[in-house]
Amino acid sequence: MFSNPFKTRKSVLPGFGVTMGVTLLYLIIIVALPLAAMVLKTASLGWAEFWSIVTSERALATYRITLGTAAIATLINASFGLLIAWVLVRYEFPGKRLIDALVDLPFALPTAIAGLALVTVFSRNGWFGQYLEPLGIKVAYAPLGIAIAMAFTSAPFVIRTVQPVLEDLSDDVEQAAQTLGARPWQVFRHVIWPMIFPAFLAGSALSFARSLGEFGAIVFISGNLPFKTEVTSLLVFIRLDEFDYPSAAALAMVMLIVAFLMLLTTNLIQAWQLRYAERS
Amino acid sequence: MQSAASLAVGRPSVQAARTRKKKRGFWQVALILLAVVLSALFLGVPLAVVFAYAFGSGIEVFWREITEPTTLHAIGLTVLTAVVVVPINMVFGICVAWAVTRFRFPGRRLLITFVEIPFSVSPIVAGVIYLFLYGSQGLLGPFLEAHDIKIMFTVPAIFLVSLFVTCPFVARELIPLMEVQGNEDEEAAISLGATGLQTFFYVTLPNIKWALLYGAVLCNARVMGEFGATSIVSGAIRGKTSTLPLQVEQLFNDYNTVGAFAAASTLAFMALVTLLLKYVLERRAHG
Repeated sequence: MFSNPFKTRKSVLPGFGVTMGVTLLYLIIIVALPLAAMVLKTASLGWAEFWSIVTSERALATYRITLGTAAIATLINASFGLLIAWVLVRYEFPGKRLIDALVDLPFALPTAIAGLALVTVFSRNGWFGQYLEPLGIKVAYAPLGIAIAMAFTSAPFVIRTVQPVLEDLSDDVEQAAQTLGARPWQVFRHVIWPMIFPAFLAGSALSFARSLGEFGAIVFISGNLPFKTEVTSLLVFIRLDEFDYPSAAALAMVMLIVAFLMLLTTNLIQAWQLRYAERS
Repeated sequence: MQSAASLAVGRPSVQAARTRKKKRGFWQVALILLAVVLSALFLGVPLAVVFAYAFGSGIEVFWREITEPTTLHAIGLTVLTAVVVVPINMVFGICVAWAVTRFRFPGRRLLITFVEIPFSVSPIVAGVIYLFLYGSQGLLGPFLEAHDIKIMFTVPAIFLVSLFVTCPFVARELIPLMEVQGNEDEEAAISLGATGLQTFFYVTLPNIKWALLYGAVLCNARVMGEFGATSIVSGAIRGKTSTLPLQVEQLFNDYNTVGAFAAASTLAFMALVTLLLKYVLERRAHG
């Protein structure tokens, strides 16, 4: 199908034509064509209509809520992730393997099931809700619930990016600092933290990006009130339900552009992290 | 004898040294406790609540809910989707990995990034782009209607959108592994006269089988659990195009909590099996 016209390094192996052909065909049919269809659909709206849809009051409210709750979710995951990664790498304790396995649960458990479980736990009569609601902390059907749902579904990112870097950290620098009389906190702050920071940032960015697009878990717990607990992905879904296709296309386009920007950001951070790791 | 005796004598002191080394500081104990408690509350409880509510009313009730015809249909459709999508994704993943790790060509990095795109796209957006390709309002809509082909709100639409969301799953496991392994083994096989397919099945496949299976397990979990994209393209017609996660939502919206949790527990069980397989396959993959 294709010969390899650019052999920078000669390979005697066969199969370039077939595998490349399958790859490109698949990517065109499954990825590129649907993406192009939506871009065309959005382009057919014209700039004025597109702009009025994506800057409508209700849309702006969803951006605020989505960005705000995703920021809280990322903060939760950044602290929780750092703690878990640290404890899993540095300490031995019974049940460590179980926790290490449990960390991947949010990626294995369908998001809708996570949403169902979380809304049940945090509802007024739920396992957590019965103690939290009397204290005035409302989670289910409130922005905090959205943040918790986002945090749950993107929890593994920070842990799984920081963990390998912490494991590879050679302890000579650390021991040198200790020998020179640095206190444990100073060792962490001045020796360990700078080395794990790029990975930590990459994990947090991945977590934030994932939270911005989350839908399955949120739809159960948010209560879906316009201007209060409505995230952008939900508004897209509601517009489709109302057969308002132009609005759905325009809002989905905004989400797509933000997703590409986040992909670019995380790739840049990861490239930086890689250079950083090679240097040290 | 001599050495055994000295070994026995030596033991207490070794043990003492070990306990001394094991003595934990206050902060260490505090951090471990905090980590254990938070993981249990944040990750363990949501899993536990699914099984607690599913079986809370007894096994007979659970069984009655799970064998309810539309739930049974949803289970069947979910399994069928996985059976169709996972093998296709495996073939695609092997093709991508072979092309980008065994050959060097301009645009190679770009191709890998392109494969990763579906991973960064929201499930809702994934559903929407398929709607605007195959739906009546979509790019191919008029053509499909003219030829009386219906894709949107049918089972094939679920297959297609599942192929989109799982696009990178097998490839991203294989690419780093095959990159590290290099070409030497395959080149040796080819120079000894093996055909391309023989080389793949007898040389490459044994080296990548655990990573391939691992990717397939993750792909399967995503296919069975996909919610946002499927809810848009399937139309969620009960007993027809409703997969398990959609069925769970519908039962929940009907205030049928036991039914929702019974259906949900099958997916939670699938998640547990996924974690177990992940654990086993990771150990195999790393020797």
